[in-house]
This record gives sequence, C-alpha cells and structure tokens, in this order.
Amino acid sequence: MTETAIEHTAHPADHDAHGAAGHDTGAHQHHPDLTYVKVAGVLAVLTALETATYWVDLGSFHTPFLLIMMVTKFVLVLLFFMHLKFDNKLFGVLFYMGLGLTLMVYLAVLFSYRFFTR
Amino acid sequence: MAIIERPSTTPAVAGSAPSFVGPADAYGAFRRPVTSRGWRSWVFTVDHKKLGIMYGVVAFCFFLVGGLEALLIRTQLAAPDNTVLSAGTYNQMFTMHATTMIFLFVMPMVSGFANYMVPLQIGARDVAFPRLNAFGFWCFLVGGIFLNTSWFLGGAADGGWFMYQPNASHLFSPSHGVDYWALGVQITGIASLTGAINLIVTIINMRAPGMTMWKMPIFTWMVLVVQFLLVFSLPVITVALFLLTFSRVFGGQFFNVQAGADPLLWQHLFWIFGHPEVYILILPSFGIVSEVLPVFSRKPLFGYKFVAFSGAAIGFVGFGVWAHHMFASGLGPLSVAVFSVGTMMIAIPTGVKIINWTLTMWGGKLRFTTAMLFAIGLVIEFTIGGLSGVTHAVSPSDTQQTDTYYIVAHFHYVLFGGAIFGLFAGFYYWWPKIFGKLLNERIGKWNFWLMVIGMNLTFGPMHMIGLQGQPRRMVVWPQNLTGDGLFNLGFWNKVATVGSYILGLGVLTFVWNVTRTHLLRKGEVAPLDPWDARTLEWMTSNPPKEHNFDAIPTVHEVDEFFHRKYEEVETDHGVRLVKTRSAEEILADQEAHADAHIHMPSPSYWPVVLAVGLVIVAYGVIYSVLLAVVGALITLGASFAWALEPSTADPSDFDPPAGTPGKELANV
Amino acid sequence: MSDIAAHPEVIHAVDGHDDGHAGSHGTSTGLSNNKLAMWLFLGSECLLFGGLISTYMLYRGRNGTGPGPDALWDIPLTSISSFVLLMSSLTMVLAVSHAHQGNDRKTQIWLSVTALLGATFVGAQVYEFTSFYHEGLGYTTSLFSSSFYTLTGFHGVHVSVGIIMLMALVAMIGKDKIPGNKAESVELIGLYWHFVDVVWIVIFTLVYLIPA
Repeated sequence: MTETAIEHTAHPADHDAHGAAGHDTGAHQHHPDLTYVKVAGVLAVLTALETATYWVDLGSFHTPFLLIMMVTKFVLVLLFFMHLKFDNKLFGVLFYMGLGLTLMVYLAVLFSYRFFTR
Repeated sequence: MAIIERPSTTPAVAGSAPSFVGPADAYGAFRRPVTSRGWRSWVFTVDHKKLGIMYGVVAFCFFLVGGLEALLIRTQLAAPDNTVLSAGTYNQMFTMHATTMIFLFVMPMVSGFANYMVPLQIGARDVAFPRLNAFGFWCFLVGGIFLNTSWFLGGAADGGWFMYQPNASHLFSPSHGVDYWALGVQITGIASLTGAINLIVTIINMRAPGMTMWKMPIFTWMVLVVQFLLVFSLPVITVALFLLTFSRVFGGQFFNVQAGADPLLWQHLFWIFGHPEVYILILPSFGIVSEVLPVFSRKPLFGYKFVAFSGAAIGFVGFGVWAHHMFASGLGPLSVAVFSVGTMMIAIPTGVKIINWTLTMWGGKLRFTTAMLFAIGLVIEFTIGGLSGVTHAVSPSDTQQTDTYYIVAHFHYVLFGGAIFGLFAGFYYWWPKIFGKLLNERIGKWNFWLMVIGMNLTFGPMHMIGLQGQPRRMVVWPQNLTGDGLFNLGFWNKVATVGSYILGLGVLTFVWNVTRTHLLRKGEVAPLDPWDARTLEWMTSNPPKEHNFDAIPTVHEVDEFFHRKYEEVETDHGVRLVKTRSAEEILADQEAHADAHIHMPSPSYWPVVLAVGLVIVAYGVIYSVLLAVVGALITLGASFAWALEPSTADPSDFDPPAGTPGKELANV
Repeated sequence: MSDIAAHPEVIHAVDGHDDGHAGSHGTSTGLSNNKLAMWLFLGSECLLFGGLISTYMLYRGRNGTGPGPDALWDIPLTSISSFVLLMSSLTMVLAVSHAHQGNDRKTQIWLSVTALLGATFVGAQVYEFTSFYHEGLGYTTSLFSSSFYTLTGFHGVHVSVGIIMLMALVAMIGKDKIPGNKAESVELIGLYWHFVDVVWIVIFTLVYLIPA
C-alpha cells in the first residue's frame, strides 16, 4: 500500500522534524516563522488600505480595487498560512475544485438575475 | 468483533507498547463495546461490511415503504374522480414517495454497496474513517425514521420533493410536515457528506500496492465520481434547507414575496444540488452494470478508460445544467439557450457509455443470469429514458412537457429502469459474496420479467397521458376530460395502475427469493467464485473475513483476479486464454502468506450516540428549545468522547481479558 | 473537525506496532488521510458559504422599510474586529509551527492567544448584532436583515466552534490526551481556522466595504 513512507509531506515548519523530506522552498525554509510575520504584515497593510476607502472615494475604481485587495488577501492566507504553496498539490486540487465550482455556479446564478432576464 | 491483535497477557504487552495508554490511564469513562456477538456487535460496529449490510437492509425497508406509497398513488388514479386518498393525503403521498425513494432508498443503498465493495475492490481492510462511517449510517437511519414519524405527528410534507417556495411556506403548508422534511433531509445529508469524504479518502489513499487509478474497478471509479458530486452539491442543499427552516421556524424573510423575495432563489439553490443529485443516483448503477456485463460476457469492459472518463464528464457537466429544470420559470432567453445546449451535451458521454456496454457484449459468450438480465435491462430502459430526456433539453418542447406525466415517465425510466435495475443487478451479482448463498435463479428470472413488464406498463403509458396534458401531481382526473380513441386518458391510467401492481409483484418476488434463501434455508451455498468474476472482491472467502484479505494483494492488471486465474497460451488457433488456477488455489495461496499483524479499528459507542443527539436537536427545533438544548449537549458530549477515544480499544476493555491469545486471528 | 482528527493510521504510528507492511498503515499517496479529509471538507464549505453570500448579494438592497446597510455599518469597529481575526491566523500558524517542532508549551500559548483573538471577534459581532437590533434591524425585518444575520451568524458559529476546538486542544495537549499525531491535530484545526478567516476576508469586503 505504501508508495512513500512519509506520513505527511513537509511544510516549512516541518523542516527540523523531517529533514530531507522537505521541499525546496528557498529562503522560507530557514525562518518560516519570520515569513509568517511578514505575510501578516502585508495582510495588515492591505486591510488598512481597504479600510481607507471608507474615507477616500476612488470613484469607479472603488469596487475593482476592493475586489483585488480581497483576492490578494485570500490568496496570501491560502498559500502561506494554509501551506498550499509548499504542500502536496493534491490538497490544493481538492480545495480548488470546491472553490472553482462555487465561483461557477453562484456567479451564474447572480448574473442570471442581472443580465440574462433583461 | 473487529479483529484486534489481542495482547496475550495484558501487562506484558501493555508494557511493551510504550506510547500507548495503559489500562490505568484509559481514555473515556466507558469500556469499549468489543463484544463479537449479539446486537451490540452490530449497533456499535465500525466494520465496513456490517455497516454495508445494515445500509442495505434499512434502505430496502424504506424501498418497500416508498413502493407502498407509489401503489396508493396509482390506486387513487385508477378510476375517474377517485376518492381513495384525500387531496391533502395525496400531496403528502407523492412528496414522501419521491423523498423516500431518493434519499432513503437509492442513495443509502448505493452507500451500502459502496461501503461493502469499495474497500474489497481496492484491496483495503476497511475505510479510512471507520467511526465516521458508522456515524453516517446512524444519521441515515435516524434521519429516515425522523422523516417518517411526521406521518403520525400532524402529517408529512406536502410540497413535492423539490418543495418550491413560497408554496411550501407556512401560509400554504401549515403542518409541521415541511419542517420534518427540511430537518430530516438535512440529517441524511450529513450522512451522505461524511460518507462521501470518507470514501474519497479511502479510494485516494487506501488502494492495494500496484493499484493505480487506472487499474481500479469501474464500480469504484463511479463511486469516486459520485462522492465528489456529493461533497460539492450537498452544501448547496444544506444552505437551501437552512433558509427554509429559518423561514418557517424563526420567521426569516427569504421566500416572502410580499417583502420582495425572489422565488427563483430556492429553485436555483435546490437544482444546483438537484441536478448533480440525478447523477448521484444513476452513476453507481452504471458502475454496477460495468462490472456485471464484462463478467457475464466473458470479455473485458470495452473502453475501460472511456467509461471512467465519461462518468467523470457526466459528473462535471452535471454541475452546469441545473437551470434546465427551470425552463418554464421565466428565466430569460439567454439563460435558457445556454442551459439547453449544456444539457444536450450530457447526451454525449452518456451515449459513450451505452456504446461501450453494447460493444462489451458484442461477440462475447453471454450468460443470461438474473444479474445479467437486469444489466441488459438497464441498458435498454435507460436508453429509452435518456432519449425522452433529450426532448426535455430542447427548451421549446420542454415548455410543453413541464409538469406533465411525460416528465414522470422520463425520470422513472432513468431512475427505475436505470438506477434501480442496476441495484437489482448488484443484488444478484454480489449476493453470494455478501451472504455466501446464491439467490435462486429461476425465481430471479420471474423477478426480472415481472419488473420489466411492470415498469413498462406503468411508465410507458405515462408518455402518452403526459403529452395529452395530464398534469403531474393531480389528485384526480375527471371522466369528461379523458377524451376517446387510442389516446383515452382513462384507459392508459388504468393500464399504468395494473402495471404498478405487476411491478409490486416483481419486488415481492425478490423478497420471496431472499426469504426462501435465508429464512427457509433453501439457498444453495455459493461456490467461492460463482460467476468466474474479474475483480479483487472475489479474491477472498464468501462472505469475506473480517479483515477482508489475509494478505493484501499486489495489483498488476485492471481485472486482477481474472488475470490470476487465466493465462494467455499460444495454441494452433492463436493466443487463447486458459484457466490455469482456480479461485480456491488463489485463496489458499493468500492464506499461506497471511500478514502477521492485522490491526482493525475497534467498535465505538459514539457514532450512534452522536446521531441520536442530532435527531433530538431536530425534534427540539420543531417542538421545544429545551429538547434542542438536551440534544445539543448529547451531541457535544459525544463529540468530545469521540475525539478522546483512540481508534483501537484498550486491552483492559476486552472481556474476558485476552483469555485465549490469538484465537480470534487463528480461526479466520 | 475533531471527529476527523482521530484515526487508526495515526494510532498505529504511535502504537509501537507499525511494522510497515501493507494493511492500514501506509497510504497510497503518502499523504495523511486526515488532511485530505479536511481539505475536502473545506472545499465543500466553499459551496456552503458561497450559497449564503449569494443569498445576501441578491437581497442586500432589499431592506424595505427597515434600516439598510448604509445606515447601520460601523466601518471602524468592523475593520478592527476583522483585523483581530486576521491576526489570529498569524498566531494560529505560529502554534502549528511550534507543534511541528514539538514544543508543547509554546503551542499551547499560541493556541490560547488564537482562541482569545477569536473570542474578541465573536464578542465584537455580538456587540454589533445587539446595536443593529436596537437600531431596528430584527431578524424578520427585511430580506436584507434575514440574509445578513444568517450569513454572519453562520460565520460566527464557525468561529465559535473553532474556539471550542482550540480550547479543547489546549487542554488535551496539557494532559497529553491527544489520540494520534499531536502536530497534525493542531495543523488540521489550523486549516479550519484559516478557512474561517478567509471566508471573513470575503464577507468583510463584499458585505461591508462595497456599497450596496
């Protein structure tokens, strides 16, 4: 049954425990905790920028800007905090299947109200 | 019950397993239910085979209930202006007939087959999460009972199985029936979701060495596709059911049209789930016939990869066509066109499958056993249903057919002639595997022919009465509207009713066959390999040992078992397949090389307690907050007990503690 | 989630009997069953929250005679509570990191901080709900109110379940009562926690920041 004897693939924090099993994650591997703090810093700045739109009017650029910020934050948490950047691809595949279907079906529903009936 | 490698003497072994808890420091307040006899060995079991059998038995009981409901419906429609059922009861009857057949028969019956067969087919000893598996079964059971108690507590749901809003709101459906329906389907949904996650992980992660994805039996492939459909479609109905429950219980406004609600919201959410659900019902049966046809044609499945791929394609496209159930709802021309084309595309992978099955039989040495007859029956009846399905994909034609008996005819051809025929093929094919006895073939043929004739007489005329304009879900048909000549509604309604009784007789024949085989003990003991089968599940005893395989086989071929029995031999007439080893020899070889240490998960109290907790919450939501709180506490407590429980029982739980060392292993 | 966390394979690994032969020991992909199950569950949860968010997006402008979003939102407060939840993801990932290094003490500390930040978020949400209620936004007031409370309520329940699991985890690590791989249990609950955070990132933008 076993093709690989590793119980779970390594992610940055695993480095000490699993040694050679680690993936090549470049500089992240040496100070994973530092990477996390940096990512959190970026997330904090992005949230601050988002919140700033409450006081600053960006006109027609308002909604696209917020959506871009949202997606960036979403992806950062997913890739770094949830380790999808370092972890086995299969985990990502399972999640992205759900995420992709979510976008597909619900956008179709919402668009069908806005455009298709007109 | 589960095969535990029992320690010979408790202290010595407990001492030699350093990081394992000793008896003194055992988790939880209770001893584990490790008995291997009596009712406890079933109620607390985590064995995938016992759970599979329980799924099957309970689902079949619900099949009889749903069938009875169908017969009552047909009896009401046997004569003009009939009064067998009142209009209200009639509404409850068709709602519960559909709900029972879909959620309490076909889905759990498939779970039963999948639970039993998938680990055997992939060469595993159990599923990935045995306790979760047990939890799924108990959720299904309590959910099904919960749904049906509504009959005695003020009336069952009466909104039709898709429960359109605001028709199923308090105003139009004031009894608790719809509340029962929403909560009951929610609970059986939990069963399906946990089951789906469990089976996907099992199939991805617990295959025997050498069994790549492209060497898996096709039934396992179809189960995998279906579980993905479940994982991604169930949350949508979960949302819909929560909105419904919150509307009815807490006064949520979601479907209140006066407040500006859009009734299409429910329809979208329901059918985003509901359409994949159709494939959830049919694909496992496709998997079963893809196992049965090659065995009884003595040929490998034609285009194995095409069958697997087309299954996955049906599943994927199935997520993009839900709105074809809503063509008559005023969706707008662009949506209708897009979904109409999408729906027609589904005919392509389905056609691929039909062609593959036909070509599997082509030139084969056919043996017309009952299982084979049902499989061929599926290919034919499903094709009829599929063709009428294409006429619905054409939206202008569908607008004429919406909510008529033509639709009823269509989905009964695909679901009865498709899904249920497939399940019956599975019954006859796998019965000797599961119970070690053969069902009687002569009675089996009666069973098949009564069901084929019955179903065509019942659902065939519905095409006509539907196109004549008889609406679906109508409680009576008046004499003066029946017309005359060949398309006389009254005549064909009577034919359909007679057909339904023949169908019922067919099902009873099956019940008789089972009774005769087991209760009257007239069943023939099954040989080890009664059908000259091809896949791994036949490579162990009948019924299988508790740990499935003495030695986990290494897989080299798609039809591994077949290739172990047969070898290609060069003769004067070219290359011939010659049987070089019998199933008995293969089994003996396995037993000779049995694995030394086999760990099986231990039984647990918590799955059943957790499920009961959930159903108490459900009653509480309807009747009293206090009850809901009690249920929630039970649920929470059981969750904690579960989380704290190691999956293998502590040595001190055994009673008597390890009396005869290794006995359990020795006699299997 | 904790239901999924205990599993035979892990038990066998710590059981001392793991002799590496076939059976339920290794896995075909070499990946952990529990983690695959968790990712599948999260993929499934996407469609749950997708449905609730879509319901809200459809009904956000339909507040009838009741108060609408523009009259109610307190963006500074919500921003702070969003920030708190976002930072709880950092503390969570640090806990996972320490768990993998086998440092129980630090794992417990970071898990507790995560639970505390989560509780702050839930507290802010309770405060927000209460003040909305006093401003005339009941559950049954309008389509907007029903769908808003349902969406954010579901998210709040998810956070609360997360907090319960975090606290249970802290206690179980303390008493060394986790059946199975400790680091993996922390990691699984971490995945759940981050997912709940990610959902809030979407809700914060779509519900609060983008004007109706």
